[in-house]
Amino acid sequence: MTKRFALGIFDDEDVLLHAIENIRAAGVKVYDVFSPYPVHGIDDALGIERSRLPIAAFFFGMTGLSFALWMQIYMLGFDWPMIIGGKPHIALPAFVPVAFELTVFFTCHGMALTFFTITGLYPRFKTPVMDVRATDDKFVMAIELDETSSQFPRLTQLLRDNGASEVNQKEMTNN
Amino acid sequence: MATLTHHESATAEQLVVTDGARKTFIAIIVVGVVLLVLGILASVMGWGAEEHAEASGHAAAAHNAAHEEGAVWLKRLIISLWHSNLFFLGVSTVGTVFMAINYVAYAGWSVLVKRISEALSAWVIPGGVIMLVVFLIGRHDIFHWTHEGIMDKGSPNYDAIIAGKSGFLNLPFYLIRTIVYLAIWAFFSWKLRQLSLQEDLYGGTVWFHRSINASALFLVLYAVTSSMSAWDWVMSVDTHWFSTMFGWYVFASWWVSGIAAIALTAIFLKQAGYLRALSSNHLHDLGKLMFGFSIFWTYVWFAQFMLIWYANLPEEAVYFNQRLGGFEGRYTGIFFFNIAINFVFPFLGLMTRDAKRQMIIMKIVAIAILCGHWSDFYLMLMPGTMKGENGFLIEIGVAAIFLGAFLILFTRRLASASLVPVNHPFLDESIHHTT
Repeated sequence: MTKRFALGIFDDEDVLLHAIENIRAAGVKVYDVFSPYPVHGIDDALGIERSRLPIAAFFFGMTGLSFALWMQIYMLGFDWPMIIGGKPHIALPAFVPVAFELTVFFTCHGMALTFFTITGLYPRFKTPVMDVRATDDKFVMAIELDETSSQFPRLTQLLRDNGASEVNQKEMTNN
Repeated sequence: MATLTHHESATAEQLVVTDGARKTFIAIIVVGVVLLVLGILASVMGWGAEEHAEASGHAAAAHNAAHEEGAVWLKRLIISLWHSNLFFLGVSTVGTVFMAINYVAYAGWSVLVKRISEALSAWVIPGGVIMLVVFLIGRHDIFHWTHEGIMDKGSPNYDAIIAGKSGFLNLPFYLIRTIVYLAIWAFFSWKLRQLSLQEDLYGGTVWFHRSINASALFLVLYAVTSSMSAWDWVMSVDTHWFSTMFGWYVFASWWVSGIAAIALTAIFLKQAGYLRALSSNHLHDLGKLMFGFSIFWTYVWFAQFMLIWYANLPEEAVYFNQRLGGFEGRYTGIFFFNIAINFVFPFLGLMTRDAKRQMIIMKIVAIAILCGHWSDFYLMLMPGTMKGENGFLIEIGVAAIFLGAFLILFTRRLASASLVPVNHPFLDESIHHTT
C-alpha cells in the first residue's frame, strides 16, 4: 500500500514546537515528527497519548519473578534436593539475587521486543525513511496526503508560514 | 488552591511563618515532653505487662544491673537522644549533599527546591553540638568500648577483641574524628548557603561556579566522612561486630530520608500557596529519587543481610540473631516492619507515573519513609545498647522534641531568604522543566 506525505523540514526545535501547535490548531492532523534527538514537550504538543508500555513491563516482570521462583524452588527443592551450606532446600534469601536478575531480564527483553513490534522498528531488509536528514540536523514533520495530493499546495503554504525551510512530497510503500 | 501546572516565570517569594505554624511546632515539642515524662514514669514505676514480667523474671539480675549502670530510664533517654540526633543530623546534612550533587551535575530542574535543601542544613550545628554533649555525658551507656579497663590486660573488664581495636576506637582519636566530620559538614553547609545568598544579592554566574567548586570538594569529603561517621556513631555500638556495607547502609538511610524531607516540604509550601512555579514535573523527579533510593537502601540492606546469613559466621550472624528472634523476639516485629515500610510501601506506592505526580500520594509516602528510616536507626542502635529493655514512649517523645526544634530552625532559615533563588542561572530551566 502506498501512502503520500507532505514533509516539512525544520531547522530549529522551538520553531518546530510552535509549528506543531499552530498546524494542529489549523485542523491538520500531523502524522509524525522525526528528530535527531528527543525533544522535550513534543509528546504533549503532538497530543500523543501516554504509552501503555509500563503496564506490559509490569507483567513481564511478574512473569520473570514467578519463573525464577518456580525454577529455583522446583530444582533445588523437589527435582534434585541438595544440602548447600547447611541451609534448608528452599532457602528463599539465596533465591533473591536470581529472582531479581530474571525479573530485570524478562522486563527489559519483553519491553524491547514489544516496543519494536508495535512501532515497526524491528530490523528488516528495507527500512522506510522519510528523510535521512532527520538523523543528522533537521526536524521532519510528516503530514499524510490523500490519493490525489490535492491539499499539497495548501499544506506547503501552511508549513512555510510556520517556519519550514523546505517542503517536499514523498511516497512511502509499506510492505 | 495549589495547582501543579506550568508557569512562565518566577519572582522572589518570601515565606512568612504564621503563628499557627509556630504554635504547631511548639505543640509537637509539648507532646514530646508529655510522652517523655509518661515514658520515664512508666519505666520507673514498672507500668505495663512487659516490664512487669521482666521485673519478676529477672528481678535479681535487673537489680544488680541497675546498681551498676544507673536507672534504665536514664539509659533509654541518653540512647534515644543519640538515636534521634543521628537521624535528624543526617537528614539535615543531606540537604547540603543534595544541593552539592545538583551543582556538580549542572542540574537545572532542582533549582526551585534548592532553598529547601539549604534550609534543611540549619540543624547541622545544633545537631553537632548535641552529639558532642551526649557523647561526653552518656558515652558509657551507648558505647561498650568506652568502659573502664576494657582495653587493659589484667583488668576484670578486659576484652581482647575490643583491645585489638584500640588503635581506632580510643577516646582522643574518636573525638577528633567526630569534630572533623561535624566541622566539615557545618563549614560547607555554611559556605554553600553564603554563596547562594550572595548570588541573590549581586547576580552573575561567578557564585554559581564557586558553588560548583565548593560542592565538588564537599562531595569528596562527604563520601569519606559519611562512611566513617557511620562506623563511629552507629557501628561501634556493636563493638565486636563489623560489616563492610555499613557506611553505605547508613548513608542510604540518611539520603532517602533527606530527599523525602525535601519533597514533603515542597508539597507543604506548595499547598500553602508558595513556590508557584513548582509543577508536577518537579514532584515527579523527586518521586523518582525517593522510589529509586528506597530500592537502593533495600539493595544495600539485602547485600549486608544475605552475605551474613549465607556465611553464618558466629561473630557476624550475632547481629541478625539479636534482631530476628533475639531477646525473646522483641525486635522481630520491627525488623519486618522496617522492610515493609522502607521497601514494599514506597516500591508499590510510587511505582506508577501518576502516583509520583500527585501531592497526596507523595506526601503519604514521604512521611512513611521518614518514620521508616527513623525506626531503621532504632533497629541499628537498640539491640546493641538496650538489649531486652527497649521501649517506645521515651524514644518517640524525644523524637517529637527533636522534630519540633528542627522545624523551628528549618522554617526560620526558609523564611530568611527568598524561596526562589532569583539569580540562579538555571532558574528558567527549572521553571520550564518537563518530564
